[in-house]
Amino acid sequence: MKVAIVRYNAGNTASVVNALGRLGVESVLTDSAEELQAADKVIFPGVGEASSAMRFLKARGLDEAIRGLRQPVLGICLGMQLMCASSEENEAECLGIVPLRVRRFPAGGLKVPHMGWNTISNLKGKLFAGIEEAAYVYFVHGYYVESGPEAVAYSTYGLGFTTALEYENFHAVQFHPERSGAVGERILKNFLKL
Amino acid sequence: MLAKRIIPCLDVKDGRTVKGTNFIGLRDAGDPVELAARYSDEGADELVFLDITATNDKRKTLAELVRRVGKEINIPFTVGGGISEVDDIAAMLDAGADKVSINTAAVRDPHLLTRAAENFGSQCVVLAIDAKQTEAGWRVFLNGGRIATELDASEWAKQGEEFGAGEILLTSMNADGTKGGFENGLTRQISTSAGIPVIASGGAGSIDDFADVFLAGHADAALAASVFHFGEIGIPDLKSFLRMRGIAVRI
Repeated sequence: MKVAIVRYNAGNTASVVNALGRLGVESVLTDSAEELQAADKVIFPGVGEASSAMRFLKARGLDEAIRGLRQPVLGICLGMQLMCASSEENEAECLGIVPLRVRRFPAGGLKVPHMGWNTISNLKGKLFAGIEEAAYVYFVHGYYVESGPEAVAYSTYGLGFTTALEYENFHAVQFHPERSGAVGERILKNFLKL
Repeated sequence: MLAKRIIPCLDVKDGRTVKGTNFIGLRDAGDPVELAARYSDEGADELVFLDITATNDKRKTLAELVRRVGKEINIPFTVGGGISEVDDIAAMLDAGADKVSINTAAVRDPHLLTRAAENFGSQCVVLAIDAKQTEAGWRVFLNGGRIATELDASEWAKQGEEFGAGEILLTSMNADGTKGGFENGLTRQISTSAGIPVIASGGAGSIDDFADVFLAGHADAALAASVFHFGEIGIPDLKSFLRMRGIAVRI
């Protein structure tokens, strides 16, 4: 199986490569549209700022390339947010794969970013096969995806938000499966089996 | 609900753990990777590696260790000890660390926090503060508590957040090593006024100490070394106890 990881300016790619390695899967890190298209699975990770990430992707034609992918794609953290229509983070126009908006956690009361282990619930879809309701996974994010029909899992931090979504071949999680212990490993395995 | 985090800290020198441990069944108790894997299996939420190597090839040795840890471990980990420039941070993150902790270098040049946050995001920038109670109040100390500064610990925490820190690792030099409990007063003061998470460190002796630092100290995470290394407190027992006390933990 050929797994390609999108290389861009907002990667936390070492931990994703390592997590796949622990599952016995080799991956290539690439910013070539052809290489992404040729892969069996594509992972779109990310930690960083939305508008500069989008500028980087557009400058290399990767926005079109990612939108056009037909094989299973897994967005992680910023990768999930970039699949949405737009983000309040510096008013970024995103890829628009799903029509949802990305919003900032409201100020006051809770610490932002939402950092640490939190639970996922209302789990639907193949990504969560074998995962129990209220399982803990690891989050680091200051913006969240609003709810919509594409949501396949929710989490709560002050307010409820979409913690995973699914639309056709596109899957995405707000948390970091590569850093979420055995639960995260299972989710990655489920994705690789799609 | 967001869980309170339990974080074992491993001191490393020349790629080996410094303090001994009496874990049973470890092939090599001096190997930080094996110890880290053990903690991860037991339910640690995160790990901190504090490097005290003083040699010139420090960065190379540490990056090599970080690479090995990153390959093995599936929970987040932070690396600290002598991080003094953006290149150091880049080297650690490239090797697979999730966060770096910055202490002395941030006091010398607070803009390092800003440069780090701009380059890599504030989520990976941990400001480590060593605080000691003096007649003038809680002051920031450097170089492992050897050098006093005029900085007030709470003020510095606030400034650090403004400069770009995404998390604070607060160590009470008074409590550290005493096993008499965390410094709940100072922790509470800093944690309730900060907009970023605070990890309390120093003084852990019993499971009650952990409950106290979460309930009275409002800490987001608690870090300890020797009580874990010497098996005095097992992480599964600690977490069951905390859950019984109504504290959200990942089990």
